Amino acid sequence: MIRMENVHKAFGDNRVLQGMNLEVPRGTSMVIIGGSGTGKSVALKCVLGLIKPDSGTIYVDGKDAAGTSDRDAFLARFGMLFQGGALFDSLPVWQNVAFRLLRGSLKRPVDEARAIAIEKLRRVGLKPEVADRFPAELSGGMQKRVGLARAIAAEPEIIFFDEPTTGLDPIMAGVINELIREIVTEMGATAMTITHDMTSVRAIADNVAMLHGGVIQWTGPVSEMDHSGDPYLDQFIHGRAEGPIEAVR
Amino acid sequence: MNPIGLLARLGRLALAVMASFGRVALFALQTASHILRPPYYPRELGVALLNIGWLSLPVVGLTAIFTGGALALQIYAGGARFNAEAVVPQIVAIGMVRELGPVLVGLMIAARVTSSIAAEIATMKVTEQIDALVTLSTHPMKYLTAPRVLAALITVPLLVGIGDIIGIMGGYTVATQNLGFNAAAYLKNTVDFLETRDVVSSLVKGAVFGVIAAVMGCYYGMNSGRGAQGVGRATKGSVEAAAVLILAANFVLTGVFFSI
Repeated sequence: MIRMENVHKAFGDNRVLQGMNLEVPRGTSMVIIGGSGTGKSVALKCVLGLIKPDSGTIYVDGKDAAGTSDRDAFLARFGMLFQGGALFDSLPVWQNVAFRLLRGSLKRPVDEARAIAIEKLRRVGLKPEVADRFPAELSGGMQKRVGLARAIAAEPEIIFFDEPTTGLDPIMAGVINELIREIVTEMGATAMTITHDMTSVRAIADNVAMLHGGVIQWTGPVSEMDHSGDPYLDQFIHGRAEGPIEAVR
Repeated sequence: MNPIGLLARLGRLALAVMASFGRVALFALQTASHILRPPYYPRELGVALLNIGWLSLPVVGLTAIFTGGALALQIYAGGARFNAEAVVPQIVAIGMVRELGPVLVGLMIAARVTSSIAAEIATMKVTEQIDALVTLSTHPMKYLTAPRVLAALITVPLLVGIGDIIGIMGGYTVATQNLGFNAAAYLKNTVDFLETRDVVSSLVKGAVFGVIAAVMGCYYGMNSGRGAQGVGRATKGSVEAAAVLILAANFVLTGVFFSI
């Protein structure tokens, strides 16, 4: 389980998180929605330790994430799909997917790591021929799939998805949404996704949290999202220009 | 502006400069610590050795041969003013080995390697590849910085040694083909005149300049701003800083090795 308690983070004068509280039960899929620049990515990066919160505490399975002594073991529990894929340009696709399996505490023999990478590529719908290509030779959708394969390669307990469908056509976005739902369900992983794509939200989420003004405005099961009565959430999910969320014109 | 305001501004500038030096020094110390402690990444070291060492050979060779040739012509012309044309082999040798070899190779490495390292790492930062490394339980400094700095420490002295030899051969070619020097006498004079201290100083300078070039590339890359502009600034800043630091280090090392 992941629990964020009163997390604050500012960049200069820009106070991004202003006391964020969130709880993600084990084995569930939480989707955080909110406008651009509201701090969704910052929240994910705080959990991973990529960004240090100014104050507040983040617990993973009841333990303070900031106080973990074995960082390698802590991070080995996580997989992350980055918004732009963040694939390593200098490595072929299979080495990107098997990156964690080729070094560190989860190191496997090269042949075994390659076999796992090809299996994970197959799982996300990519053929083995893709394994020896370089990321620059792939389309945006294929890069997302490779990123997804890399995120699940070491079978992590917790998977983060940062804008998984941004920049994809609606059909490819649907494919990625389905893959994420299937993978999270079959692995029994805890998932945290950030997106503003409402189709993704309905496809992926068990629970939804709306981040606005540096705090969680509303959280609850996805089934209650449409009649929450929360004006912020209502404006966001219906994409209305008028409402409590100020639209910059 | 009143004098107090000017003084305050100067003070802030001095503090900012000192803080920058401190950050770079801390970064270099952290790099040294990552080089010494496992895990090691031999594949990344191999790639860095190839990129920094082997692939820099053409530019280093061409720079050295033209400089050696030009040096021979200048010394011959200058020496002729007081009937000292015969010193060409000795001065070319000492000029190349003590100064021009290490400095020009250092500056070429700053242009070719520092810029490339800074642009590559800055792009990785902008595209979240550095964050991805962390989430994959890999320390970015250990994976990106340590192999590049170690490779520069190993290869740049070798490049300087090769540059020295090629530069001397450039002078030799010009002197024997255009200026009428005897080939065997030219080589004998060169070898007889050079001391161990000259060669050692050249290689030590190479090692220091290599470390400076790689550290500045990595530092600016890791601390780049966002977007294409951030990558551009990081690349430009890294080359400027590396070049100035190499020239400053050259002055200090020359003082250390050759002060009377």
